[in-house]
Amino acid sequence: MLLSRVAEHLYWMARYLERAENTARLTNATSNLLLDLPKGVDLGWESLLGIMGSRAEFFQHYNVVDERNLMRWLLADERNPGSLLGSLSLARENARILRDVLQRELWEEINDLYLMAKRDAAGAVGRRKRYEFNRAVVSRRQAILGIVVGTTSRNDAFQFMVIGRNLERADMSTRILDAATVELMHSGDELRPFGNIRWMSVLRSLTAYQMYRQHVQVRVRGPAVLRFLLQDRLFPRTVAFCLREIQICLEGRDGAAAGLPNNQEPLRILGRVLRKIDQADVYALVESGLHQFIDEVQVGLIDIHTALSNSYFGNAQSQSQSQAQVA
Amino acid sequence: MPISFKRYPTRGIYDEMVGPRSRPRPVAERVCEYFESLSDDELKDRVDSVNLNIMAMGITFTVYSDAGNIDRAWPFDVIPRLIPLSEWRRTEAGLKQRLQALNLFIDDIYGKQRIIADGVFPRELLTESKNFRPQCVGASPAFGVWAHICGSDLVRDADGTLYVLEDNLRVPSGVSYMLENRMVMKRVFPELFDNMDILPVDDYTAQLFDTLASISPRPGSYPSVALLTPGIYNSAYFEHSYLAQQMGAHLVQGSDLFVADDDCVYMQTIEGPSRLDVIYRRIDDDFLDPEVFREDSVLGVPGLMRAWRAGNVALANAPGAGVADDKVVYAFVPEMVRYYLDQDPILPNVPTYLCMHEKEREHVLTNLEQLVVKPANESGGYGMLVGPASSSAERDKFAALIKANPRNYIAQPTLKISTVPTLTAEGAAPRHVDLRPFILQGDQLYVTTGGLCRVALREGSLVVNSSQGGGSKDTWVVNDGEAT
Repeated sequence: MLLSRVAEHLYWMARYLERAENTARLTNATSNLLLDLPKGVDLGWESLLGIMGSRAEFFQHYNVVDERNLMRWLLADERNPGSLLGSLSLARENARILRDVLQRELWEEINDLYLMAKRDAAGAVGRRKRYEFNRAVVSRRQAILGIVVGTTSRNDAFQFMVIGRNLERADMSTRILDAATVELMHSGDELRPFGNIRWMSVLRSLTAYQMYRQHVQVRVRGPAVLRFLLQDRLFPRTVAFCLREIQICLEGRDGAAAGLPNNQEPLRILGRVLRKIDQADVYALVESGLHQFIDEVQVGLIDIHTALSNSYFGNAQSQSQSQAQVA
Repeated sequence: MPISFKRYPTRGIYDEMVGPRSRPRPVAERVCEYFESLSDDELKDRVDSVNLNIMAMGITFTVYSDAGNIDRAWPFDVIPRLIPLSEWRRTEAGLKQRLQALNLFIDDIYGKQRIIADGVFPRELLTESKNFRPQCVGASPAFGVWAHICGSDLVRDADGTLYVLEDNLRVPSGVSYMLENRMVMKRVFPELFDNMDILPVDDYTAQLFDTLASISPRPGSYPSVALLTPGIYNSAYFEHSYLAQQMGAHLVQGSDLFVADDDCVYMQTIEGPSRLDVIYRRIDDDFLDPEVFREDSVLGVPGLMRAWRAGNVALANAPGAGVADDKVVYAFVPEMVRYYLDQDPILPNVPTYLCMHEKEREHVLTNLEQLVVKPANESGGYGMLVGPASSSAERDKFAALIKANPRNYIAQPTLKISTVPTLTAEGAAPRHVDLRPFILQGDQLYVTTGGLCRVALREGSLVVNSSQGGGSKDTWVVNDGEAT
């Protein structure tokens, strides 16, 4: 019997862990991209602020958008709850509350990852150690995931971790797509030749490049990348894939797991968003309406969160709200 | 500098490990030898490893004043405290005897009050007790047991006598550190555990669960057990989550629970309300139920007392159990053992002067310089006068306090409490210790093997509380092969 409050902490812990990993992947891919672009091409750093949704907060603390400030803000600044370190700190706080529910090993790994990030994040502001740091975060986060998948019973608690992880993943994928779309639509002529590099970078931010090449037999082009990242049924970071994972958690799989109770409303909302994505004509959207479409998907993700919150997190609404502001 | 016990000072004090002429006591020979055999590097390596383990396991305690950094690593000393099994058997029997008598007393006090009618316990003590809860009169918890979990503090005087210093019957804490200390020591000093016959401690949580299960109001069905915590900002939150996890019980906060019209307690779950049978509450009586105790409490559950009195939920410890957790009532425990059990107490109390009695008060007032004066209802070492270390102004202040409210004060001789070698910058040095074993009572009695050994890390200090510079040590009850 899972307490509502515990379900909510599990969900947020999974989201924050996933967010930390995504931030590490994203900053690595962006750092990598910028090395390939000619000097003077105005692209990249500021888009990270858009993706992470913290532009206004950034300018409360910094005057200049440059690589160092941005990396400090996104990786090491605990004043930014969406920074890598901030996410890990929140993941750890949730885990600390959940220590009675979590495998001991899992708590120790999360605690350890946070302590490592706290020690090393400031050093990753400069380029030299950034790659190494981000890589370490990703790999230790993967170790955590391994413990979850390898040693946790498929009970309700597990389902809430899977739901949190996948909703966060879908959220980050849409944010990255959104930023790239806006950028390329508004870019001047000097950027056009680099459009392909930009789309490759999008794939790389989501660790999707190799899988894309294996599954999509065309060269890297905007619409194909979009379609892959929104609709592909096999790659675990596409938006549709993530939503299907959530659907399985709610419904149960092939009668083996029973699914979650009180699942009608979350399933209804989720089905609506999923249909919207599955039925979208990406090639037409690229011509017009793409930005608005992605906006609508993002609103759909928020609706899913709200439905989950209403069905399961019940009386813990105050916390839900304060954490959601960070989302 | 490697550790050496050759010049270890033991004059005028009882050291648990090292006897007269700096000779290790029989039970500690192996351990002393082992620590002396470690080179500086090896020792440092072990200490680092202990600290790393403590960080990694997230063993922490919380300090209220440290805003922003609420978690602190738990200060731990690597040299264990050793107790021979033959001695421990006797201590264990004494602790069981004591808790039995205390529970009979509490049940009597909230029931027929025979002990007062028979003139063994003065009625006026009760009416003035802060922890007597009139709301509990007439309640009848299972087996007549009110204090299911008790933490008794033991200290040893210079002559080797082991005394009970106090019994914590409200929400005693520290047991998780006892368990974690052992886990750390096993990780870092596995060879010692290989070579010595050290009794395990880790069945505590299973025993605790069985104790809680035994008091369920719905015997027969698998009980639904929860630990009620004030939340993550409480200094003992680590322990709450640890115990809940180890027992497989729910860890709940007041806001997770409600009492329905049927006077039963329910948890809010993702499937809807789910009934609770037993609550191991780690919040004080005052905060349990805003309908009955403090109205402004947001930690408790409105209606909880109603549900408890109706017998629909068991609370451990029962509300009101703290009536026996009072330094004046403490003085009567040996009498309770004789009165209720018709036995002689196995473990002695520290000699205690009750200021409410005129003759004893006179003695206290003329001998303040040699005595420790304690208020009846404080814990954690607050509001005390330590005579030998006091100024005459402080003594005057306490003399006035005692005269104004004699019921509220007791005095005890200053004990020279025992020491255990503790790692310092200058090698192993004696530091004062106490021992808190935990005793459980439900349908059966159980005592932890050893207990939490707290150590005053500052030289000469007698204060072992973690919030005031205290640390802890692992405690090993060692099978010494002697008949018990």
